[in-house]
Amino acid sequence: MSASRIMWTAGSVGVTALLVLGWQIIANYGGIPQVFLPGPDRAWSALVDGFANGDLAELSLATIERMIYGWVLASIVGIVLGALIGSSRIAREYVAPMLEMVRPIPVSAFMPVVIAFLGLTGAMVTIVIAIGSIWPVLLATVQGVSSVEPRLMEVARSLRMGRLETLWKIALPSSQPDILAGMRIGLTVSLILAVIGEMLTSENGLGWHVLMAARSFRSADLFAGVILLGLIGLVSNVILQEIERYMLRWRRR
Amino acid sequence: MKTLKGLLLPVLLLVLWEISFRVSGIQSDSIAAPSQIAVAFWTALADGTIVRRTGETLRAAMTGLAIGGGSGLVLSIIIGLVPPIARLLQFSFEVLRPVPAVALIPVAILVLGFGYGMEIALVAFATFWPVLIYGHAAIVNIEPQLLDVSRVLRLNPFSRITKVVLPATMPRYFVAFRLAVAVALIVAITVEIAANPIGIGYELMQASQSLRPALMFAMVLWIGIVGWTLNAVLLFAQRRLFGPAAMSLAVRT
Repeated sequence: MSASRIMWTAGSVGVTALLVLGWQIIANYGGIPQVFLPGPDRAWSALVDGFANGDLAELSLATIERMIYGWVLASIVGIVLGALIGSSRIAREYVAPMLEMVRPIPVSAFMPVVIAFLGLTGAMVTIVIAIGSIWPVLLATVQGVSSVEPRLMEVARSLRMGRLETLWKIALPSSQPDILAGMRIGLTVSLILAVIGEMLTSENGLGWHVLMAARSFRSADLFAGVILLGLIGLVSNVILQEIERYMLRWRRR
Repeated sequence: MKTLKGLLLPVLLLVLWEISFRVSGIQSDSIAAPSQIAVAFWTALADGTIVRRTGETLRAAMTGLAIGGGSGLVLSIIIGLVPPIARLLQFSFEVLRPVPAVALIPVAILVLGFGYGMEIALVAFATFWPVLIYGHAAIVNIEPQLLDVSRVLRLNPFSRITKVVLPATMPRYFVAFRLAVAVALIVAITVEIAANPIGIGYELMQASQSLRPALMFAMVLWIGIVGWTLNAVLLFAQRRLFGPAAMSLAVRT
């Protein structure tokens, strides 16, 4: 990193620090009741206290666990289904249009439907997360598998590879960029759905925690929870970006 | 022919669904036959429920979009034309953007209470980011010679923006706007399902909670129709306004 880039990064972190300072000043002297806007100092001490007695760590883990279960389930099913649909011309013509028809429905709209079947339970939340985050993975896989470079398919044909072998050795590896991008969007969706699911079902987790904090006017705990949720979003995205970079290192020119 | 093939599977599934209901004579609190859903849809349309609820959702979504998208537009022009500001704000953006809008639902309830205000605020937060980021990318990608011309002509900053920057970036801003419309609708409906007692999302949640599966599926269907129609209208407008060349501008998510 060049010296000027380090300066700019430091500057931009400095601006964020100034914004936090501004938040503190408004909270202290802005005349806004503390119930609505706790200063960063109080949000920070709520974070520290929460982690010291183990509550926040437990709640975060519950939310992350829920996210990961639903997302892993969605990714596996999405890739398998996507590969089957994408690699067969018949399936593409008959099944893909139906997927496109369902796609514009916001995934949260499926939640009341699943609630009607499973009730307000933890299983409901996991299923909704899986249904919601399957779309980006499924559609990206169909897209990736059906648009493999034609010359690669010719190679497969001249090597007399069967359909499964072609899928495994040619189509799936070459659609890795699409699939990984879809999985990254799926993970974002799974965080959103985990939070709403916990709010509706009172299942243990950060979504439930922030709603309870708001209802009982514990604004410092509320802001601490929101900060943690933002952090989960940020870190999970960064981790997947790094995985993408590592797995797609062959693509760098 | 292609449309017919695409319709075959959904129609077949609907017919099977209907037949299995007729034959088995199931009475269920979680699922209804397609014919019952059609009747519920028609009733809700005839008694004005759908129109009223859709009006509420669209009002909140569009007001929020105007506020969030408008601020995103203005800020993207500022940071696009003055790169040092963009570099200084970068870290703050990266920290704030991953906060899921739904995590802010309790904050919005606490500060604004239930109703239009909190929903508008959450939609504004969610639509601000896509417009800001795609708008910024659009301005950074302006043909440098255009900016040189405006400099040679000694245009003042205002006419530089209205005569060069905005016309050159319009197609990309429209793509950002289209994405933001989808986000606005999704966030509005999600907020209604999770907490806010107005709009289509609330009607859907009520139908689920009061064990009226026919109405519930009718509302899911309607949400799909609204989303699909909005997207189709915007795609049509994009083609008419900017020609086929603009259609290849990819929306990366």
